[in-house]
Amino acid sequence: MIKAILIFNNHGKPRLSKFYEHYSEDTEQQIIRETFHLVSKRDENVCNFLEGGMLIGGSDYRLIYRHYATLYFVFCVDSSESELGILDLIQVFVETLDKCFENVCELDLIFHVDKVHNILAEMVMGGMVLETNMNEIITQVDSQNKMEKSEVLTG
Amino acid sequence: MKELMVRAIYCEMLGYEASFSYIHAIKLAQQGTALEKRVGYLAVSLFLNESHELLLLLVNTVLKDLQSTNLIEVCMALTVVSQMFPKDMIPAILPLVEEKLNHPKEIIRRKAVLALYKFYLIAPNQVQHIHNKFRKALCDKDPGVMTASLHIYLQMIQENPEGYKDLTTSFVTILKQVVGGKLPMDFNYHSVPAPWLQIQLLRILLFCSTIFLCRDVAALCIHCYCIQPLSSFPAILYESAKCIGNFVLSLKINLKYLGLKALTYVVQQHPKLALQHQMTIIECLDHPDLIIKRETLELLFRITNAQNVSVIVEKMLDPFLKIMLCCCIIYTLFIVLILFSYEEYTYAPDNEWFIETMSTVFSVGGDMMQPDIPNSFLKLLSEGFDSVEEDRKLRLFAVDSYVSLLQGEPGKLPQRFLQVISWVLGEYSYLREELEAATVLRLLAKLLDMKSTSSETKSWVLMAMTKLCEGGAGVSVTQEVCETYGSSLDTVLRQRAQELQHLSQDCELRARVLPRGAGLEPLEVDSSLSFLDGFVSEALAAGAAPYKAPHQRQEELAQAKALSLEPYGLSLPISMSSCSIADRQSPTLLSVSSGLSTTLKLDGVKRVWGREGYLSEREPVEESAHVEVPSPLQSPSQQGEADSSQSQTLTPIPTPQPEQEKQQLASSLFVGLGSQSSVCLMGKSESTTQRFRRKAKDLAVSSLEQTSQLSQGPAAANGICDVELTGSDMSETSPTLIRDNGVVAADPAPHEDPDKLKDLCLRTHLPAEFSGLCHSEITPLCTNQTLDFSACHLQKEDSLALVVFIYNSSDSDIQEILLELDSDELEVSCVCDSPVQEARSHSVAVCQYSLTVKRPSVHVEVVGTASYQFPAGTPHSAQFSYKLPLTSFIRPLTVSTEEYGAMWLDFSHDTKQKLTLISDGQEPLTDTLNVLKKKLQLHVVEIIGMEGIVACRLLRDQPCLMHCRLHAGTLSVWLRSPVPDLPDCLMYHCQRALQEH
Repeated sequence: MIKAILIFNNHGKPRLSKFYEHYSEDTEQQIIRETFHLVSKRDENVCNFLEGGMLIGGSDYRLIYRHYATLYFVFCVDSSESELGILDLIQVFVETLDKCFENVCELDLIFHVDKVHNILAEMVMGGMVLETNMNEIITQVDSQNKMEKSEVLTG
Repeated sequence: MKELMVRAIYCEMLGYEASFSYIHAIKLAQQGTALEKRVGYLAVSLFLNESHELLLLLVNTVLKDLQSTNLIEVCMALTVVSQMFPKDMIPAILPLVEEKLNHPKEIIRRKAVLALYKFYLIAPNQVQHIHNKFRKALCDKDPGVMTASLHIYLQMIQENPEGYKDLTTSFVTILKQVVGGKLPMDFNYHSVPAPWLQIQLLRILLFCSTIFLCRDVAALCIHCYCIQPLSSFPAILYESAKCIGNFVLSLKINLKYLGLKALTYVVQQHPKLALQHQMTIIECLDHPDLIIKRETLELLFRITNAQNVSVIVEKMLDPFLKIMLCCCIIYTLFIVLILFSYEEYTYAPDNEWFIETMSTVFSVGGDMMQPDIPNSFLKLLSEGFDSVEEDRKLRLFAVDSYVSLLQGEPGKLPQRFLQVISWVLGEYSYLREELEAATVLRLLAKLLDMKSTSSETKSWVLMAMTKLCEGGAGVSVTQEVCETYGSSLDTVLRQRAQELQHLSQDCELRARVLPRGAGLEPLEVDSSLSFLDGFVSEALAAGAAPYKAPHQRQEELAQAKALSLEPYGLSLPISMSSCSIADRQSPTLLSVSSGLSTTLKLDGVKRVWGREGYLSEREPVEESAHVEVPSPLQSPSQQGEADSSQSQTLTPIPTPQPEQEKQQLASSLFVGLGSQSSVCLMGKSESTTQRFRRKAKDLAVSSLEQTSQLSQGPAAANGICDVELTGSDMSETSPTLIRDNGVVAADPAPHEDPDKLKDLCLRTHLPAEFSGLCHSEITPLCTNQTLDFSACHLQKEDSLALVVFIYNSSDSDIQEILLELDSDELEVSCVCDSPVQEARSHSVAVCQYSLTVKRPSVHVEVVGTASYQFPAGTPHSAQFSYKLPLTSFIRPLTVSTEEYGAMWLDFSHDTKQKLTLISDGQEPLTDTLNVLKKKLQLHVVEIIGMEGIVACRLLRDQPCLMHCRLHAGTLSVWLRSPVPDLPDCLMYHCQRALQEH
């Protein structure tokens, strides 16, 4: 199961955080900070998996992350998820964002938080991977957008 | 509004609380247009959690949206439901979500499946009846829905592998279809068809534990790193090891990581497989990535054995210094195991090495180390080994090195280490005769004066000083210390200082309290404090109030309050004699007399190391089978060590210097893994094999003798049943039983139906006080080569007894079987005198436990571990679990209707559900209640027209009330209890009982 999905930039500013388990406000911030410290220390040419973070659950949990330009995408998962599978999921997520925003950048995440969350909701639902096929995801998101637009026009 | 909400989300993410906007988010979800609704739902799912009270306001909205014709609204509702939904509200929306399983749109079906999975996770009882629908989802024509349903099955099969055996074939079919490329192209990932789906399926199959895995699946399996499920099939393992090699060699760092992980799994099963990869592993050790390094160390740790331990430890200590902060916990784990390896003594090269290594570990690991590591180290020191001389040397060396450490700069040492040092000095410094006690005392006093020393350490130091203060020279130092700490604010320190003062002045008393070198003798602590009985009765006679345990006092306090929650005296009456006194322990007595040895415990540590090395290597057959396996890298390097010039000429291209070093390292690391006949660096393997052989021969001879004895004796035919009655419980059994036993044994039946016979046999071993009670079927728990464990439970009026039988089928007695039972939901207490049992050859030992419920659950489980040792010396352990339904703990509760009415209002936890009625008779209500009464042991209080009231209690005294009413052909049941979860669990059992009828 996926426990949390975090996106932050090179300075540790959170750009998106989604927790699939309940933590208190403070703990959430602490998790983000700790994760950033763990991830930011690592070189470019080392592997994308990290163990040993203490805040979420302890030894059973792993961080799987990817670094794109200015952003870190981090998934906290337990041992029932496959590492490579999640790594692929991050790639799919980023590619989908890229398609939806046409050349996604950090600012898109800031100004369209709701859209990003909606895309994420099509991929991961309640901590479970729902869909890994980019075309499917985009179709879903598009149909929802279309419906909203039509409502706005008629309304 | 929408824009504002998005901003509130952003604020919340940055860590500023935006609770004022929560209610608006809910309003937005409720009232807005589709666009606004979506933002509203999103905000709700980010802001609130399952237990938030505002969530109740959302339930109606969700209900409305689930019924909507608009696909997107349904989707949104399902998403929010799966993110968070209050547990008590699930019944309200469950039918709607179920309905969505048949929705024509696959996206809706898929989301509904996941939502149901979420329900299953938070409230498994309520989703019981829709298992069939899950099956339909598994066979859905859309692969997405099928994938989603796999999540559920993985979970359910993990919990109950037996129940889903029939589905194995469908899983295999699905897997074959996936591998055969029957899925749409979209699912391919780098031209492998749906790898993640395959992993999921393989995991499920692993739990189904059937061997349907064919070769091609196996190959794929490795590609996806799913090596874990494979580890039970050795034939495939050897092939897989080759593939893993490629992984580890891979330049892609992620693959390297996975390869190492896989190799670790494999090596656990077959250490020899690591030989193929030794050079790769060595390279990984020097890898710049810490995570890779860590994995490598873990791998090395798995192959540790007698001959390579020192090299491996050295390697570990090096990065230990560097990345201590990163993963200290893992390392301390290593160290613990090194400790145990030393305990076996054949392992560590010598005393000096051991003490020095441990010193490094302590000073580096410092205070981040778990407290049991120093404890087990001290235990090791105090218990010693076989030879007295060796013990003395070890302790002497420890004293020497610690004194020199203290003479250096003790301020830098971590607290834990100081505690260890002071204990060792206190206990053993007398061994070094030329060392005066006063010198040690002065060193210790110096520790006390340091600012950084914590008060815990100080009390350790004072303890040590108490042991040392003997006569003459030390007096001035001790006096000074006593004066300083005699008035300390810390009560523990003050106590220690007082002890020190008194004992230093009174030599005789000191000799009695702290006899030298006697830290090991087990101390008998009178935990019932019977010597105080006189004092207590005197005080009672003088009018003092009897002692009350803290929880009793609290309950009374609660009762005294005006708004009492449980006014009906259901609090258990605790007899003073049994509970209150026994639970108390005299702190002074314990602390003075026992020293430290009572706090050292080694329980629960798995025995991974045996005298012959890593325990999985025990079988001699395997050893001999691999004698011929050449280890390609090892042999040249070893030759090189034997005669370096010759090896230079033998190899056509001379290996460069660093390469050679690595090879040397490799040979020292992997020594002992390969064939036993190979040249051994430390010259120890020869002796071990010899010893091992001799032992095996001895065993064979003795067993031969025993069998011959058996065949001579007339009783040989009924050897299985000719059991001696052992244990105190058994002595009460009447002699007629024994005769019965004899009759059974004489019967020729044993050869035809051994199981039944065994059951009969065991039944005769039930303790006498249970003879009248009905007991459950005796179920086998687990079977070892020599020991059979089985158990049954008995329902007594006021308790539930669990009886574990241990049947020893071997020819030798097994002593000291330590049985430990534990459970999340139950409280387990042993009725026997001691948890240690002895099983004589071909006889049965019986352990008795009494169980009470801590936390109600539909099924409760007791997990047990038995550790035992053969006379020959190798320790074993067996694990088993025993499952009982909650109904075994239910007893009727006899109350009158008035009492019932009064109790009803006081209970806070309730649940309601409609149950099917048994309608074959004239009076459906009475019939149904009678069935429940019979099956669940309920007490029917009264039946008035269409309504009935029933009462029961959960052992010991947790009441649960049930109110039933006939309504439109069904029985609506309302359960109430002061205990959370109890109504839910009981409802489940009622449902089952009626279904079974």
